[in-house]
Amino acid sequence: MKHVLAVLVEDKPGVLVRVAGLFARRGFNIESLAVGRTVDPGISRMTIELEADEKTLEQVVKQLHKLVNVIKVSNLTREPSVSRELVLIKVRAPAASRAEIQQIVDTFRAKIVDVSLQSMIIEVTGNDEKLEAIQLLLSHYGILELVRTGKISLLRGAKTIRNGEGKDHGKNLL
Amino acid sequence: MKLSGAHMIVEALKRENVDVVFGYPGGKVLNLYDALYDAGITHYLSRHEQGAVHAADGYARVTGKTGVVFTTSGPGATNIVTGLANAYMDSVPLVAFTGQVATSMIGTDAFQEADIFGITLPITKHNYLVTNVEDLPRIIKEAFHLAATGRPGPVLIDLPTDVQSAVTDFRYPQTVSIPGYNPTYDGHPGQTNRAAKAIARAKKPLLYAGGGVVIAGAHEELRQLAETADIPVTTTLMGIGGFPGNHPLSLGMLGMHGTYWANMAMHKADLIIAVGARFDDRVTGDLSSFARGAKVVHIDIDPAEIGKNVSVDIPIVGDVKRVLTELLKKVAPKTHPKWLAKIEAWRQEAPLTYVQEPDGEILPQYVIESIYRETGGEALIATDVGQHQMWVAQYYRFTKPRAFVTSGGLGTMGFGLPASLGLQIGAPGETVFCIAGDGSFQMNLQELATAVSYNLPVKVAIINNRYLGMVRQWQELFYKKRYSAVDLSRSPDFVKLAEAFGAGGLRAEKPREVVPAIRKALETPGPVVIDFRVRAEENVFPMVPPNSPINEMMRGGSV
Ligand SMILES: Cc1cc2nc3c(=O)[nH]c(=O)nc-3n(C[C@H](O)[C@H](O)[C@H](O)COP(=O)(O)OP(=O)(O)OC[C@H]3O[C@@H](n4cnc5c(N)ncnc54)[C@H](O)[C@@H]3O)c2cc1C
Ligand SMILES: Cc1ncc(C[n+]2csc(CCOP(=O)(O)OP(=O)(O)O)c2C)c(N)n1
Ligand SMILES: [Mg+2]
Repeated sequence: MKHVLAVLVEDKPGVLVRVAGLFARRGFNIESLAVGRTVDPGISRMTIELEADEKTLEQVVKQLHKLVNVIKVSNLTREPSVSRELVLIKVRAPAASRAEIQQIVDTFRAKIVDVSLQSMIIEVTGNDEKLEAIQLLLSHYGILELVRTGKISLLRGAKTIRNGEGKDHGKNLL
Repeated sequence: MKLSGAHMIVEALKRENVDVVFGYPGGKVLNLYDALYDAGITHYLSRHEQGAVHAADGYARVTGKTGVVFTTSGPGATNIVTGLANAYMDSVPLVAFTGQVATSMIGTDAFQEADIFGITLPITKHNYLVTNVEDLPRIIKEAFHLAATGRPGPVLIDLPTDVQSAVTDFRYPQTVSIPGYNPTYDGHPGQTNRAAKAIARAKKPLLYAGGGVVIAGAHEELRQLAETADIPVTTTLMGIGGFPGNHPLSLGMLGMHGTYWANMAMHKADLIIAVGARFDDRVTGDLSSFARGAKVVHIDIDPAEIGKNVSVDIPIVGDVKRVLTELLKKVAPKTHPKWLAKIEAWRQEAPLTYVQEPDGEILPQYVIESIYRETGGEALIATDVGQHQMWVAQYYRFTKPRAFVTSGGLGTMGFGLPASLGLQIGAPGETVFCIAGDGSFQMNLQELATAVSYNLPVKVAIINNRYLGMVRQWQELFYKKRYSAVDLSRSPDFVKLAEAFGAGGLRAEKPREVVPAIRKALETPGPVVIDFRVRAEENVFPMVPPNSPINEMMRGGSV
């Protein structure tokens, strides 16, 4: 099953290597990883998307907790949350196809952010289904290049992962 | 107080009550060694950095304190990699200080630059590269805190030369604040209740005690629990000494080379209480057939160990000593005569024995038992890795914790001699033996010079079978006796070698020479090497073949 973990980490040198290294070393697979600063100085947030069964997931969470620089790990898959990812797609766009592509872009509430004689760059934000759908449609015209930010997620409502599931100092999972 | 980074380190060590450090100098720690010069801290100069780190490891295990190592950058730092991995696997508290090229040079492939921070990420509990001297006091404080608390482990601090020389105000913090680090010490009361109930109900309970008991100093609590509820105790290799080996409820070691009766008890138990043990594959054998009829209680300070290999019915995260203390309040006295009789029958069926012919070749088991008898079971022992290590586990009945020091998780050949120096330094008045293999000994024998320089009177018993015996045994049993690259018959003359180092050298070639050699060594002041020429192709039995169920043991010919 697919899971999305939100991980709060101390913003220390090497912290990304520690997390990425842990996944590699223990044979866990990361599907996507996004990282950036939070409103709290010195604390960054990673969103990690991974495919794992329950037992593996439990080990991933416990091993992440074991890293000294990891403050908090929350599994957002278990609670209502909003997930987004941004994709830039460079698509082949000779004059003849432009109108059609424009229509697709409008339908998906995407944006054209660059145009050349032969190509366009389309920016689209959304959840997995939406991104897959537009990608499928655009592949018909020829996708030249594509880049994704990786998924980011927040819990719905006023709850945050600091006060939400998994307790602070959430090392006491058991 | 204004101090240089190097002086801060020395000052911080004093605040941490460190009076002994192990190390080896070089260009990138000249400042540090200069600060050490008149600091009043004893520094032991090894002959190889691997020797220093294993000595610090042995020192830490025997004293329960944190071992400290200094090395230079590059090759000095990479030479302790094995030692750090070793300490990491066996949960030993160490703090390593390594020199590094100046911050302005990092990343330029400068002379003697190695990314030791990156290299040691997966083999340390935590590590630091200090880039600003202002951070140094806090980092040292954190390092000592991390190394010794929770599940202990090695911590490395990489020190660029400019950080060592920079001068600033020194204020050593009293406390640490690491938001992501908060070990759980007290077990959940609801879980200890459940464990107590399970103990009350069990008909065939078994305590499976590991290194965590030794680390936590919970041997008394363990003994009380065993005696109160009449529960037999088996220990892992790392748990040896955590329960007296001569206690009527002791089943000895379990696992691949454990006793038949301990493994049978594990296989047939209806309740397994794992106490600071981590269900290593050397213990469980084939997981799918492991302890299928048992309820499992698992007490461990590291949540990640619980449920990692074996699914657990009653998990208890906490410090073994505290959890057992709580549990003891809830457990009522009971007895299990039928269960203990069953175990006794297994013991009779396949006891640990060997037959030493008076005029035959020396058997390694006989050497170990003789050392046991001659030392009254009171010696502190470090071992190397291989058959001899297993014979020590089987035939030396340890009665107290921290007396048996061995490389369990990593299985590092060459650990024994330097570790034994750490034992002797940590316990100056005690008799210390290093029980070595002829192969393992040759991996760090340069440390004999360290032993001689500091007059550390360790007795090195080489169980000399002229083979990489453990590997040869596997080749004999599982590879049709195709002995590939295990012949050590052209080794040096260990007696002359010892003498060349300035140590004593003795040899025993016949069974009747064994005891006199041990006595002579014990009488001789200073370090002594004894070359015990034992039967070459003796095997360690019983044995669970790799990936087999633990109740299916090969008993071997000598039983
Ligand atoms: C050649 C060879 C053969 C071997 N054969 C065997 C064999 O037959 N049998 C055998 O048992 N081993 C054998 N070993 C050793 C084996 O590889 C493992 O090292 C060993 O089984 C692990 O012991 P342990 O489970 O006690 O865990 P350790 O590695 O000692 O770990 C200690 C555990 O206790 C926990 N802990 C630490 N402090 C505390 C605390 N304060 N409170 C609570 N928990 C704490 C830790 O989190 C950890 O889970 C062999 C090794 C070699 C090299
Ligand atoms: C550094 C290292 N290299 C290789 C091994 C693999 N190994 C395990 S036991 C062993 C043989 C050890 O020989 P010796 O020290 O003579 O002990 P014996 O088994 O003969 O008692 C070897 C090579 C190891 N454990 N450590
Ligand atoms: Mg040998």
